[in-house]
Amino acid sequence: MIRFDGVTKTYADGTTAVDDLSLTAPTGKITVLVGPSGCGKTTTLRMVNRMIEPTAGTILIDGQDTAAMEPAAMRRGMGYVIQHAGLFPHRTVLDNIGTVPRLLGWDRRRTRERSLDVLERVGLSPDLAGRYPAQLSGGQQQRVGVARALAADPPVMLMDEPFSAVDPVVREQLQDEFLRLQAELGKTILFVTHDIDEAIKLGDQVAVMRVGGHLAQMAPPARLLARPVDDFVADFVGRDRGYRALGFRPTPKLPLRAEPTLVVGESPSDMSGQWCLVVDDRRRPLGWVRPGDLRGPVTVADLNRGGTVAVQGGSLRATLDAALSSPSGRGVIVDPTGALVGTVLAPEVVALVEEDRVTQAEAGSSP
Amino acid sequence: MSWLGGHLGEIFQLAWQHAWLAGLPLLVGLAIALPLGWFASRNTRAYVALVTSAGLLYTIPSLALFVLMPLIIGTRILDPVNVVVAMTIYTVALLVRVVADGLQSVPDDVRSAARAMGFGVVRRLVMVDLPLGVPVIASGLRVAAVSNVSIVSVASLIGTHQLGDLLVDGFNRAFAPPLVTGIVGCLLLALLFDGVIVWGARVLTPWLRGGTA
Repeated sequence: MIRFDGVTKTYADGTTAVDDLSLTAPTGKITVLVGPSGCGKTTTLRMVNRMIEPTAGTILIDGQDTAAMEPAAMRRGMGYVIQHAGLFPHRTVLDNIGTVPRLLGWDRRRTRERSLDVLERVGLSPDLAGRYPAQLSGGQQQRVGVARALAADPPVMLMDEPFSAVDPVVREQLQDEFLRLQAELGKTILFVTHDIDEAIKLGDQVAVMRVGGHLAQMAPPARLLARPVDDFVADFVGRDRGYRALGFRPTPKLPLRAEPTLVVGESPSDMSGQWCLVVDDRRRPLGWVRPGDLRGPVTVADLNRGGTVAVQGGSLRATLDAALSSPSGRGVIVDPTGALVGTVLAPEVVALVEEDRVTQAEAGSSP
Repeated sequence: MSWLGGHLGEIFQLAWQHAWLAGLPLLVGLAIALPLGWFASRNTRAYVALVTSAGLLYTIPSLALFVLMPLIIGTRILDPVNVVVAMTIYTVALLVRVVADGLQSVPDDVRSAARAMGFGVVRRLVMVDLPLGVPVIASGLRVAAVSNVSIVSVASLIGTHQLGDLLVDGFNRAFAPPLVTGIVGCLLLALLFDGVIVWGARVLTPWLRGGTA
């Protein structure tokens, strides 16, 4: 557990980066600090490992005052990941990962074994072990950055915009894998980002900070979306709050309609019909075709891939989006292996959303 | 050509002398410039003071410095140590700034990552700043090497023998072969030094040769 108690940082020129901040990052959870630039979120993070010394207040880690700890030794006990990874360009991937274990005095063999193990954990091939950082893609570098932070198995991780410098597709992958890893490892994580969507996706709780280093609101993401405390937080969490909040509600069981399907190379039996779903040989949806547009058997080039697919039992947001994005109006629902289960119409999902809202309200636990 | 054939032994003797008069100060100068440059890299005031005084030192004419050496360090006038010490001063003057800049060339994110992982000051210098500063330091060393080879030739005027003797000899007798030999000899020696430094820097920076993703 990391506890900030009345922490203030004022610089020599009189600017206050962090103002009387008190918050707790619970053990084994992800606490996200989010806010516009200049809100003091990075300063806050860097005060934990004393890269920046607070002007007033105390920071406690598991009840121990960090001001009393020896900085270098304390830092070896905390994983640290930054934007652009900050890998050592002159050391191989494996040596980068083994940095903290070596500083802690592990022998070469144990360090090597551990580094290879962590490399695999973050989803990288052991073939990359001997490469230098410049030989990796941005996403791979960021994974190595995470591996390096995890190498000595620290209980606490400090992450400063770790996924901000990679393209959106890779960012999404990194976020998903980060959540999967955290589910296995249960680290106490303090995570800084300027991206509210990332905060809401990753945080067990989210601390919204405003310029001048004030804590505006601290709450679990669903509550932040449902009950912003003031206009600043409401503005910052942005539009589509109602829709995004559906991301935290599971889809209840709903009756699915059977969907007639085609495979590539087949011709539809009814050429006049409306949209038809095309699947592969394992019944995974590929896209939609309109038989009237076809000049022969279905080819891959004929497919409309506009529709998203939702996993059965996934969030209401994903289910509704599948219905709304489908060119046929029929949202595609798949099982966890990606195989088609059936389809659903938008009004049916909306009815579920309303039902969910009413049950929540009655239970008195509206998020 | 017959002159060259008849003086080969002497030429090699002079070239060897020239090599160590220029080369030894290079090594000693680097050894002195490393801690000074490190200090300068950590402290802005020290940087300004050291870089300014190094610049001033370098503007002292070589002949004047050679002649002054015995007065300053109490050596005999013909002692080759005078030349070695003077050349070391020039090397340090050139390298202090280069070392300081080289150590500061480490990208900010790498530097803060090193701090955040619990590197102490000395360990960071040895394991991060110094290896990453090699390309910058090596480029400064190349300038110093070539400059040393050229300046050392002046030492003939104070009676320290090396390839400069050939230049003086050729000039005095208005005789081309020793002049040309002296110039070519200095040129080859400078190329040799340069090659060794380039090779050394290459060996020390394997990560710069891996290509990119």
